[in-house]
Amino acid sequence: MDRLSLLLMLAMALFVLGLLGVIVRRNLLVMLMCMELMMNGVNLSLVTFAQQHAEPAGAVLVFLIFVVAAAEIALAIPIVLLLSRRRHTLDVGAYSELKG
Amino acid sequence: MHTLALIVLAPLAGFLINGLLGRRLGERGVAIVGCALPLAAFVLTLQAFASLLASGAPVQEVAYTWAQFGARKLEIAFYLDRLSGVMTLVVTGVGTAIHVYSVGYMKGDESYARYFAYLNLFLFFMLLLVLGRSLLVLFVGWEGVGLASYLLIGFWFSDPEKAAAGKKAFIANRIGDAAFLIGMFALWATLGTLDLPTINETLARGVGAAVPVGLVALMLLIGATGKSAQIPLYVWLPDAMAGPTPVSALIHAATMVTAGVYLIARLPALYLAAPDVALLVSAVGAATALLAATIAVVQTDIKKVLAYSTISQLGLMFVALGVGAYAVAVFHVVTHAFFKACLFLGAGSVIHALSGEQDIRRMGGLARRIPITFATFAIATAAIAGLPPLAGFFSKDEILWFAAASPHGSWLLWAVASLASLLTAFYMFRLLWLVFFGSSRLTHEAEHHLHESPWIMTGVLVLLAALSAVGGFFPIPHFLEAQLPLPEVPQHLAHLQWPLIGVAVALALAGLAGAAWLYGGDGRRAQGMAARFPAAHRLVSAKFYIDEIYQALLMKPLLWISDWVFLRLGDRLLIDGSLDGLAGLARRSAGRLSRVQSGNLQWYVLFALAGIVGALLWIWRHV
Repeated sequence: MDRLSLLLMLAMALFVLGLLGVIVRRNLLVMLMCMELMMNGVNLSLVTFAQQHAEPAGAVLVFLIFVVAAAEIALAIPIVLLLSRRRHTLDVGAYSELKG
Repeated sequence: MHTLALIVLAPLAGFLINGLLGRRLGERGVAIVGCALPLAAFVLTLQAFASLLASGAPVQEVAYTWAQFGARKLEIAFYLDRLSGVMTLVVTGVGTAIHVYSVGYMKGDESYARYFAYLNLFLFFMLLLVLGRSLLVLFVGWEGVGLASYLLIGFWFSDPEKAAAGKKAFIANRIGDAAFLIGMFALWATLGTLDLPTINETLARGVGAAVPVGLVALMLLIGATGKSAQIPLYVWLPDAMAGPTPVSALIHAATMVTAGVYLIARLPALYLAAPDVALLVSAVGAATALLAATIAVVQTDIKKVLAYSTISQLGLMFVALGVGAYAVAVFHVVTHAFFKACLFLGAGSVIHALSGEQDIRRMGGLARRIPITFATFAIATAAIAGLPPLAGFFSKDEILWFAAASPHGSWLLWAVASLASLLTAFYMFRLLWLVFFGSSRLTHEAEHHLHESPWIMTGVLVLLAALSAVGGFFPIPHFLEAQLPLPEVPQHLAHLQWPLIGVAVALALAGLAGAAWLYGGDGRRAQGMAARFPAAHRLVSAKFYIDEIYQALLMKPLLWISDWVFLRLGDRLLIDGSLDGLAGLARRSAGRLSRVQSGNLQWYVLFALAGIVGALLWIWRHV
């Protein structure tokens, strides 16, 4: 198995790990961290393909994604804080009000 | 000059003004508008009639081409020939008189404007019917007068019985109208035109071989029996007396009910080409004349007596039509319009004087109390009974003469018609006696308010009584002969004319004498007669149970079908059931599916994942 396949396998493992975390964990903060994990899996695949094609733009794009992810997490953490202040819990089940 | 169109449109203008602005005009304004426009129509008719007399040729106007199919055309055209001229004069003349009478009769009614609006609307449709050149325009008027009749019978619609009477009239007329339509379709399909003069011409020349004349004539006859209240569709007319009395005079005696007679007289060539149906016309007429006259003998409501009398007189007109004496039938239409309008308006005046009492058993001795009404009523009664030299004598006598002497007539027809005339004289003088002579049987209340009607009503009565007296001298059959030739009388019968006139007068006098003998004094003889033949009296009083027979044979099954098949099975089960079922299915499945939307984010993610995986798998397998 060459290096490329190994790296892609690792990226997929990160993504699936994150996805599993999002689906099964009930803590909001843990779910956020798992989403970051998914995104990093995608990032890893992006740099892998960039290297394969000898294309530096891919690596640059990953840095841009980091910036966006930081901004996003900077928004998401306060929202989670506000929610936890209202209900005093981080259990996602407590916020399932948008149901039919 | 569009004189004919103006004649037709004048009452429509009255309808629109009174119908839309009636509340603001006040009673006086409504009365002026309601009477002035029919009067204008009458004046215009006189003018058009004068030009017809001067030139001798029919006045024609094409107002509008309604539709065109290749060479075939449907036009709204007006046509004033001798026949429609006479009819238009009667409709506008008697119509205007009755409008004027209504000013007094309806005074104080809360729907004064609505009344005059409807009355003008009726006149509009009636003029459309009479003046229409095409059978289609005639049919529009025909339907329209039915509508106006319905509206006016149920004029006091807050009384359910009166509203039901209006409905009955409308439905009975619809049955006839359906047949009328079939006849029109057959004519259009085979002849390609509905233009009345053209139809007559084509059929008279014998070139319309493809036309099923028997069918068309029969269908139009059924239509005529509906409108003109003949067997089997006459049952609506007695109930139609629920309307205001001037309406009964105008619509249900003088004009609308003669539309059927007019229709057949418009198409003489059709009925000459279908002698079997012509025979049926006179048979229907004779049977109706006799049946209605019999029923009229025992009626106790003043208006019902007159209603059955109208049916009976219309029957006599049909006899004349059937034997080919169209001009004579129209002559009787005219004289009948005079004396029957006078009788109805006189009855209205009596009802008015007695504060709404209509039962002749609670009248009597009114001759001195309301003398003008009495005098006019008496003249009209003598006219309808056929006493010379009043109007009814001339027209009825000619009908009887042609019933016997026409090549299409027979002695049986003459005998039945004469018997009906005898009964007519009898029940009319019975009415006169019970209402105006003898001792007073008024209720105390009615006695207290008893008064002669205002001059605006009695003036019209005097006018119509004068016309009933001299109307017979109008040479209408002679005038119409140019257009509607009278049947040839066989040579060997010609010498019988004077003896038959003598018989007719003797019958009228016999009726008079019989009524005077039975109802003169205290009326004990009449009660004795009723007691001696209880079964016959009960049968006739119940109007031969015809209404009940129709109820059992037609209404009950129809109601059953409507209720069970159409309402319960069709409407509720099939239509409502299928729609409700579909709606319920949607609601139940939505209820199930909404459980998926639990509000749990992680389930949503899982569903999304499953969806993506499924989509990828599908792409992998298929692309």
